Amino acid sequence: MTSAEFLLWVRGPGLQIAAVIFAFGIILRFFEIYMMGRKKNLSVKRASGTGAGFRTVAKRFLPADSETMRRSTFTIVAGYIFHIGLFITLFLFVPHIQLFDALTGLSWPGLPMPVVDFFTVISMIALLALLWQRLTKPVLRLLSTGHDYLVWTLTFLPFLTGYLAYHHLFIPYTWMLAFHILSVELLMVLFPFTKLMHAFTLFVSRWYTGSMAGEKGVKV
Amino acid sequence: MSKPTLERGINALKEQIDAPIASFFSSCVHCGMCADACLFHTETGDPRYVPIHKLEPMRRLWEQEYTLVGRLKKVVGLSKKITAEELEEWQELVYNSCSLCGRCSMVCPVGNDIVYMIRKMREGMSAAGYAPEGLIGASTRAVEIGSPMGVTIKAVEAQVKHAEKELGFEIPMDAEGAEYLVLMSSMEIMNYPEYLQAVAKIMRQAGKSWTISSEAFEATNAGIQIGASDIARVLVQRIVDAAEKLRVKTVISPECGHAYTAIRWEGANLVGRPFNFKVQHILEVLDELREQGLLKTEGSEDSRMTFHDPCQLVRRGGVVEQPRNLLKMVASDFVEMTDHGIMNWCCGAGGGVSANEDAHELKLKAFNRKKKQLDELEVDALVTACANCRIALEEGLEENEMDIPVLGLTEMLAEHIVIEQSGKEE
Repeated sequence: MTSAEFLLWVRGPGLQIAAVIFAFGIILRFFEIYMMGRKKNLSVKRASGTGAGFRTVAKRFLPADSETMRRSTFTIVAGYIFHIGLFITLFLFVPHIQLFDALTGLSWPGLPMPVVDFFTVISMIALLALLWQRLTKPVLRLLSTGHDYLVWTLTFLPFLTGYLAYHHLFIPYTWMLAFHILSVELLMVLFPFTKLMHAFTLFVSRWYTGSMAGEKGVKV
Repeated sequence: MSKPTLERGINALKEQIDAPIASFFSSCVHCGMCADACLFHTETGDPRYVPIHKLEPMRRLWEQEYTLVGRLKKVVGLSKKITAEELEEWQELVYNSCSLCGRCSMVCPVGNDIVYMIRKMREGMSAAGYAPEGLIGASTRAVEIGSPMGVTIKAVEAQVKHAEKELGFEIPMDAEGAEYLVLMSSMEIMNYPEYLQAVAKIMRQAGKSWTISSEAFEATNAGIQIGASDIARVLVQRIVDAAEKLRVKTVISPECGHAYTAIRWEGANLVGRPFNFKVQHILEVLDELREQGLLKTEGSEDSRMTFHDPCQLVRRGGVVEQPRNLLKMVASDFVEMTDHGIMNWCCGAGGGVSANEDAHELKLKAFNRKKKQLDELEVDALVTACANCRIALEEGLEENEMDIPVLGLTEMLAEHIVIEQSGKEE
């Protein structure tokens, strides 16, 4: 297989397969969750839980309070840097926007390349820092399984291959670009079946927690 | 309750798994932030006490039973079955090192209500036979004798008599049609008899009709703590029956955190129908009386005081402002701890920990968190509104040779109550 053939495959059938698994996987996982149902709360509520649920969805983007920030500084700071970097590199890199445009017809302005490059690098640094923390902090060592390291790798590879492709490093650009797309496809395929799913389910979780607390009159 | 077995435990656990739990397990990214919010972890440094880890058997069961990937793994023999040995090992994590305080649920970035899951995990643990002896004893006594501490109606009657002598007026017992039904906790009957007298004084001044019931005086619910809904239901039903028989408008939960959760939030769900009476914590009632101008106090405490928020009352119960409103009436130098209100730290002995002898040492270690909070403030007195917190705080303070008295808020208010002369004796 030549690099051109490889690139054509990952751009065509590869992407289609990944997208289908990604979409159906996510629908399946939501189905798995909502299928479990829950009992109606018969106690007298202080307030409706619906609004409280949505408030918690928004509120949990920030740490609970300054003390929590102080206690979990490393996780919070590295976590923010990574997620902000992820958002910028994924959605504000011009070639990515062109791809979204081609797929959906939706387009938006991007950021200058050096800015995206900067966020790519700090995202990778944040991911490496989080990996180091996972490997050294006793609580995280206890919690972590192969799953956590697999997900870390799946997340790191698109950043790394994207960076290397853009800077034309190590191997010919076409190969690296194809590997970059393949790494994203791998991520998409495994996304619904790993903790990556949190990107979607956290809205559900926050809403449940917020609404149950809200019915009791507690703002979480 | 039928004989506990692993099979019963697993079935009970399966029954507990609902959509929120499925969502919570799907969302956890193993970030470990809940560890920093759990006093059993922060005070011991033991990694096993990271809250989400306490749910590992339940998480695996969810994955194996209710997800496609888990089922596939099961088919090809890649999944680890839940064993009796594993649950035995987890008993310590689920009961000794968790006071159901719910602080972990406040900090989780994906929004998982972790303690909601621990409460449910205990249903499986107790059905499988892996609950601490202390809690099994308390539950058995609660069902058979009527109180987890073995307090009988005779002890209540003796206390009523004693209170009547002290107060110089009658305490209504089984008075039909009273507005309020006042419940107590065993701890109050045995250790803090001042509570009943305080309520009597305040009700009299406010001109409210109230009663205690000879059939349902105990508010605490060991079934909630051990995680046995069948027991919890029996205990709640007793209160419901008494409240309906006496046709009261409101049932007052005493100064006890989990009793409030049991009656106010879990009660109707346990008996399977909405109540036809209101349930309020004593502090909610007092704050209402204050608003209506029916709670008149005079003088105030000059010593420096702080309030220890009982978790089940505040973070898990929503009674946050009331204690503050009331305290300010009678305490001129009231200060807050750094983490207070819904972010407060537990006393270390809630959620059945105090009744669980296996947790004794751990509980005292966990108290160090409270000690640090108190050391920062240098207060002369500590006020709270939960008899269980109170006894745990007293024990912890004594262990650390800290000379800080612990007061119940209701009693403190009663000491400052204005006794009106209008036709009432005394």
